[in-house]
Amino acid sequence: MSVPAVTRPSVLRDVTRGRVRNATHRRLVVLTLVVLVLAGFAVTLMAGQTFYPPRDVVRVVLGEQVPGASFTVGRLRLPRAVLAVVAGFSFGMAGVTFQTMLRNPLASPDIIGISSGASAAAAIAIVTLSLDEIQVSVLAIVAALVVALVVYGLAFRDGVVGTRLILIGIGISAMLDSVTSYVLSRAAEWDLQEAMRWLTGSLNGVSWDQTVPALLALAVLAPVLLSQARDLSAMQLGDDTASALGVRVERTRITVIVAAVCLIAFATAAAGPIAFVAFLSGPIAARLVGGGGSLLVPAGLVGALLVLAADFAGQFAFDTRFPVGVVTGVLGAPYLVYLIVRTHRAGGSI
Amino acid sequence: MTTSHSLTAEELTLGYGDRVVVESLDLSVPPGRVTVVVGANACGKSTLLRSMSRLLAPREGRVLLDGKRVHRMPAKELARTLGLLPQSPVAPEGITVLDLVGRGRHPHQGVFTRWNEKDDAAVASALEATRTAGLADRSVDELSGGQRQRVWIAMALAQQTDLLLLDEPTTFLDASHQIEVLDLLTDLNRTRGTTVVMVLHDLNLAARYADHLIALAGGRIHAAGSPADVLTEEMVEAVFGLRSRVIEDPVSGKPLMLPLGRHHIRPEPAGTGSATAGPAGTGAPEPAGEPVH
Amino acid sequence: MTTVDTRPVPDAALVRRPARVRILWLLVTLVVLAAVMVASVAIGSRTVAWSDVWSALGGADGSLEEAAVTKRIPRTLLAVVVGAALGLSGGVMQGVTRNPLADPGILGVNMGASLAVVTGVAFFGLTSPTGYVGVALAGAALSAVFVYTVGSLGRGGATPLKLALAGAATSAAFASLVTAVVLPRNDIAGAFRLWQIGGVGGASYERLGHVLPFLGFGFVVCLLSAKALNSLALGDELAAGLGERVAVARATAAVGAVVLCGAATAAAGPIAFVGLVVPHACRLMTGVDHRWLLPFSAVTGAALLTAADVVGRVVARPSEVDVGIVTALIGAPFFIYTVRRQKVRAL
Repeated sequence: MSVPAVTRPSVLRDVTRGRVRNATHRRLVVLTLVVLVLAGFAVTLMAGQTFYPPRDVVRVVLGEQVPGASFTVGRLRLPRAVLAVVAGFSFGMAGVTFQTMLRNPLASPDIIGISSGASAAAAIAIVTLSLDEIQVSVLAIVAALVVALVVYGLAFRDGVVGTRLILIGIGISAMLDSVTSYVLSRAAEWDLQEAMRWLTGSLNGVSWDQTVPALLALAVLAPVLLSQARDLSAMQLGDDTASALGVRVERTRITVIVAAVCLIAFATAAAGPIAFVAFLSGPIAARLVGGGGSLLVPAGLVGALLVLAADFAGQFAFDTRFPVGVVTGVLGAPYLVYLIVRTHRAGGSI
Repeated sequence: MTTSHSLTAEELTLGYGDRVVVESLDLSVPPGRVTVVVGANACGKSTLLRSMSRLLAPREGRVLLDGKRVHRMPAKELARTLGLLPQSPVAPEGITVLDLVGRGRHPHQGVFTRWNEKDDAAVASALEATRTAGLADRSVDELSGGQRQRVWIAMALAQQTDLLLLDEPTTFLDASHQIEVLDLLTDLNRTRGTTVVMVLHDLNLAARYADHLIALAGGRIHAAGSPADVLTEEMVEAVFGLRSRVIEDPVSGKPLMLPLGRHHIRPEPAGTGSATAGPAGTGAPEPAGEPVH
Repeated sequence: MTTVDTRPVPDAALVRRPARVRILWLLVTLVVLAAVMVASVAIGSRTVAWSDVWSALGGADGSLEEAAVTKRIPRTLLAVVVGAALGLSGGVMQGVTRNPLADPGILGVNMGASLAVVTGVAFFGLTSPTGYVGVALAGAALSAVFVYTVGSLGRGGATPLKLALAGAATSAAFASLVTAVVLPRNDIAGAFRLWQIGGVGGASYERLGHVLPFLGFGFVVCLLSAKALNSLALGDELAAGLGERVAVARATAAVGAVVLCGAATAAAGPIAFVGLVVPHACRLMTGVDHRWLLPFSAVTGAALLTAADVVGRVVARPSEVDVGIVTALIGAPFFIYTVRRQKVRAL
């Protein structure tokens, strides 16, 4: 036996064919998701208490004045639908980034303290400091970043190890949650409602004031994450292998954490910590796309679709109008169980 | 493909936290040959390998590749010349063999460069070399230990480096798979001129497959050279604290180490026993062979 | 070789910590417990003179001060039994799972109890606090079993990482379900909020009476499983080799621990980290022998929780900080310290 100097053409053909097949499948999945998100977006604009035909909706979006529709669609439904897509995309993308980087499907920002940081800050801002909406958002963004840095700093010892980071995140998160519940226990009835609405994640009463910052953050940060996509895929093979493949592991990790946390923070500031979207999008996207390639865009699209669908269901499917975060939380619970069972049976990562 | 890359370490001191693992070590890897590093547990073998591939920054001294410090080279440039297969690499769940091997092309790709025919050719060649082409569509999870190790080597081959460092590539493999992997690496060295550096646990396999054998003890090089010069009874005693006999391997002609424990030693007629074999060689029941704690 | 055994005979003093040292430590912890109990009766949002404390203990409750002290007695007792239950339960859980991070809070038991209570109130017309106890206990037990099962699936069994993640994820999911149940029902929101915040503030002899049978059962089962836990600490295979019936021993101990933490949660609401911190601290005093470790954990847990309650009453005068929040603020840094100390491979 010896190493053949020339590769057999049949092997090369199989490799090329396999690669093309994967790429085609991936394109198909992404295209389907885009179509679904657009469809969900359109339905959100058309349907509601009053139904507006597609023609009216298009005219409103193009800036024409349509009696009735201009207010309902242009002022109420459009910012809401845009924020649903933007927040969903941000959560999905940031979530899958953390899951890929930490090589654990459970290691989403909801679990490792980042959302808890934003929530605790928002609870304090609303209840204790009685700040207005914009100040609450700013404080939540700052808190999310600070918590992420603290977790990272505490996890650092001869480099950061994923498992240590996750566990420390859980500890910090438990502490912050107790702060939140203390603040809430002291809250007046009105503040409590306001805080609860914020803490569950809701798109009710959203205006462009909240939507635009989140949209801008996504426009800036998504390209940053996408530029790191290849390095992230290499890091899935473990830090040592990634390093051997020419990835500056620590630098990539810092870049990616900062970008993903900012993305989460802006989306959270606008829509609240919508439960489980960051957590679910990655694994769902991974199942759809199959092996190979970056999951950032597919996961973002899945996130957007989840939020659109959950918000629509929350508004119209039940007698009570549930905020979107409750719907995603309840939908997420059984999937979580399934995911943990399946993942741990295989003993692998995402 | 040139094989004349020189990889050397000068006055290298390595450690974790307060602990110094390797101290002031000089080393030169002969180009185009198979170098094997052996040593007792925790003597700094893996640490040395990690540092030579930029994973661990030296406390003092430097690692030079063709005269340039590896820790100052651009990461991807280094990764196109020098590959490393860590001891326990992690495969993401459900990843296919084809995809995993394709990840080895990372250093050859930029942010915007698309996958091209050269990448396909490198992957196909790596699969062919490791005889894993038939597994291409299988999931890595479902492979046997030997197959999996071959796939990981294929990934390192797809990287197309002239130097390949491997940290214990035969751990967890049974005897036949160990031989299979070592044969494969020898093939690579002979047909492509790849310089191979690996850490091995099994002294006899190390002696058989090494062109150049390095024995490490307490973070220093105890001996380095051809296996016949390095694998001696004195070396085994000094490095591993184990008394042994070293004979000529009837299969390969390389040295073969036979450990001398306290039991199951055939009493030999006086005069024929090895001089260094000590009292246990004569089957003496005294506890002089008590290991030093 | 001959049969001469040249191994050194192990020095008994090195293998077992001298009983003298342990008894000394036990006395110290008991004295500390007694001290914090006195403090808990004497100190509160209202300042009470010592003479009033004495007369109140004697049975008088005429004055406002004496009445305050009278109310503090059941509260102190509740803190003591709940603390002891949590400490003991944490020690047993860490032994059963061989996992240094096992803790009822981390394992998601608290949210399980919360979910059970809101479900009971919202759908099954549960109204009496007596009913809360049984339902919370069941919820806590179910979620503990669930999280442990999920966390121990797959390679490597229940590693600290998998358990903690399974617990955190389950808690998050349960929290959403709780919100979904409570949100449309304004009427139960208030009652539930009071229970969830918990603490030992609303203690009464009656509430104490509801949980005592469960706690008693749990204490007995847990303390009796100490010897089995010593064997289990060596790994399942080795424990079986030593003649331990591994599955039975583990299940018994786990039942005891779950009953304890479930009953504690039912009585005082979710209190995290006592079960984590206490056994670790006790191990420093007693070593790893569970026959000593478990009673120590109970006494120390009681002292810690009572002390935390006193601190909570003092720091935010005239209002109070619930004991669960105080323990979280003390415990989380300790948790992080424990994680940082672990070798990476052990996680």
